Amino acid sequence: MAIKQLSIFVENREGTLVEVTDAIAKAEVDIRAMSVADTNDFGIFRLIVTDYDKAKASLEEANCFVSITEVVGVAVEDKPGALAKVVKLLAEHNINIEYMYAFITVSKQFAYVVLRVADNAAAEKILVENGVSLVSEEDIANL
Amino acid sequence: MQRHYYQPDAETMPVNEIKKLQEYKLVHQVRYVYENVEYYRKLMDEKGLKPEDITCLDDIRKLPFLSKADLRDAYPYGMLATDIKNCVRIQSTSGTTGRRVVAFYTQNDVDMWEECCARAIVAAGGSAGDVVQVAYGYGLFTGGSGLHGGSHKVGCLTLPMSSGNTDRQIQFMMDLRSTILCCTPSYAAYIGESLKERGYAPGANSLKAGIFGAEPWTEEMRRDIQNSLGIKAYDIYGLTETSGPGVAFECECQKGMHINEDHFLAEIIDPDTGEVLPEGEKGELVFTALDKEAFPLLRYRTRDITYLTREKCSCGRTFIRMHKPMGRSDDMMIIRGVNVFPSQIETVLLNEGYTPNYQIIVDRVNNTDTFDINVEMLPEDFSDTPKIITTKEKKLQGAMKTMLGINPKIHLVAPKTIARSEGKAVRVIDKRKRLGINT
Repeated sequence: MAIKQLSIFVENREGTLVEVTDAIAKAEVDIRAMSVADTNDFGIFRLIVTDYDKAKASLEEANCFVSITEVVGVAVEDKPGALAKVVKLLAEHNINIEYMYAFITVSKQFAYVVLRVADNAAAEKILVENGVSLVSEEDIANL
Repeated sequence: MQRHYYQPDAETMPVNEIKKLQEYKLVHQVRYVYENVEYYRKLMDEKGLKPEDITCLDDIRKLPFLSKADLRDAYPYGMLATDIKNCVRIQSTSGTTGRRVVAFYTQNDVDMWEECCARAIVAAGGSAGDVVQVAYGYGLFTGGSGLHGGSHKVGCLTLPMSSGNTDRQIQFMMDLRSTILCCTPSYAAYIGESLKERGYAPGANSLKAGIFGAEPWTEEMRRDIQNSLGIKAYDIYGLTETSGPGVAFECECQKGMHINEDHFLAEIIDPDTGEVLPEGEKGELVFTALDKEAFPLLRYRTRDITYLTREKCSCGRTFIRMHKPMGRSDDMMIIRGVNVFPSQIETVLLNEGYTPNYQIIVDRVNNTDTFDINVEMLPEDFSDTPKIITTKEKKLQGAMKTMLGINPKIHLVAPKTIARSEGKAVRVIDKRKRLGINT
């Protein structure tokens, strides 16, 4: 059920994000969500896209350094307290969130959250058992 | 192996005979240079020296040194000892240190040089029937033509590839089943990496040996190249000023390079005082060419830091051996008062499992030296969080500190982003030079 995230190593200088986004544009792939982790020297650009195979091939063609990480995609109701419920569930089960980021679509019913945890399967199991909807790669492509 | 030596009489000559031969040649050569090279005659005259003052090997200590600066001053014809009509070749230094030197050769000089290279090829197991792929640059650089000529003399099938065009190198290597590869060690490492990328298993080729030189390299890099290419990697040493590669070469024992003492006399000196150091002590290597005709050199300071040993070598050669130089004294950086050689950094990288692709950047900010090393990370070390990378950087920094005594700032960069060299690698960017700081 886990969804695939592209993690791209970008040096901290002008133009690197242009190279990355250009490559994804060339592959005609849509970006659904993104976040950047940065240090003084470099950043890691994390993307959820509609077709990660195509995007990865195009990025590698452009000499970008990219790896694929599995993350958990969660659909939370677009209302106050919904995210708190998810986070609380994981905390109660001692599952540590390394990072997370969210994205909202035109649909007002749900907001989507990408979670990176050490054990995807365990997190997914707990969430599903407690009535939280997960997002599949297919869902991402069709959003 | 039937034949270990290209010229057994010279290569296994008893040490006392080598010394006698050197003495005879030295006395003759000093007179020849005095009479034919005005530049050196003036240096001798300034010291009140005449050729007849040089009567034995020890008298060499009376002679003035030559440095690269002298050769530059004498450019282009000042060191030429014979009429141009007797010369058949010009070669030139790569200008690694930004100063070119041109060297001249008579046919005898070329033959001597190529014979030295032939000795190196035979010592690496070469004989007629071997396919020698020469991937050193051809042209003014001595690497290509030296090994090319040596390969001809041995009777090997010679592949004059020159450097670069790695796709073609690999195609020829596979199709023609090259058995001996000659190039710079950094290019050999790159070829090994390229073979792996193309899906060849380590050693899935016909190569048995490589002869690598023209830049300093470490034992760790040797191990790496030997593993990736499935060969035995031999070191070769030389300078354009003294002829080219082949001044010294490694035998199958891989324990230092035998200096071709019938043609070259080696000394180790204290680089600061010029005083000759006893065998085994580390210092600057100084060469005297004993029989060169066109571009003779007496006591040429190589700036290479090494030591010599006359310990018996089990290959049977009697020539003195020089240890792999730690680097040219002008490769040495003084950073925050500490001597640092790029070869030390390479050793750490290879020990820590990295590729030898790195770049050192030294600068001075607020009167303090900054010391940064860019290193390519291994693809498997990258995932989605910076933490893994910064932890690796810290670990590598610790290993560097242990080796160097000072802390560099390590920057892991994406694989394949540091420019590969097909000739000599540019490892160091010293930005302090723009400030006019003498490093």
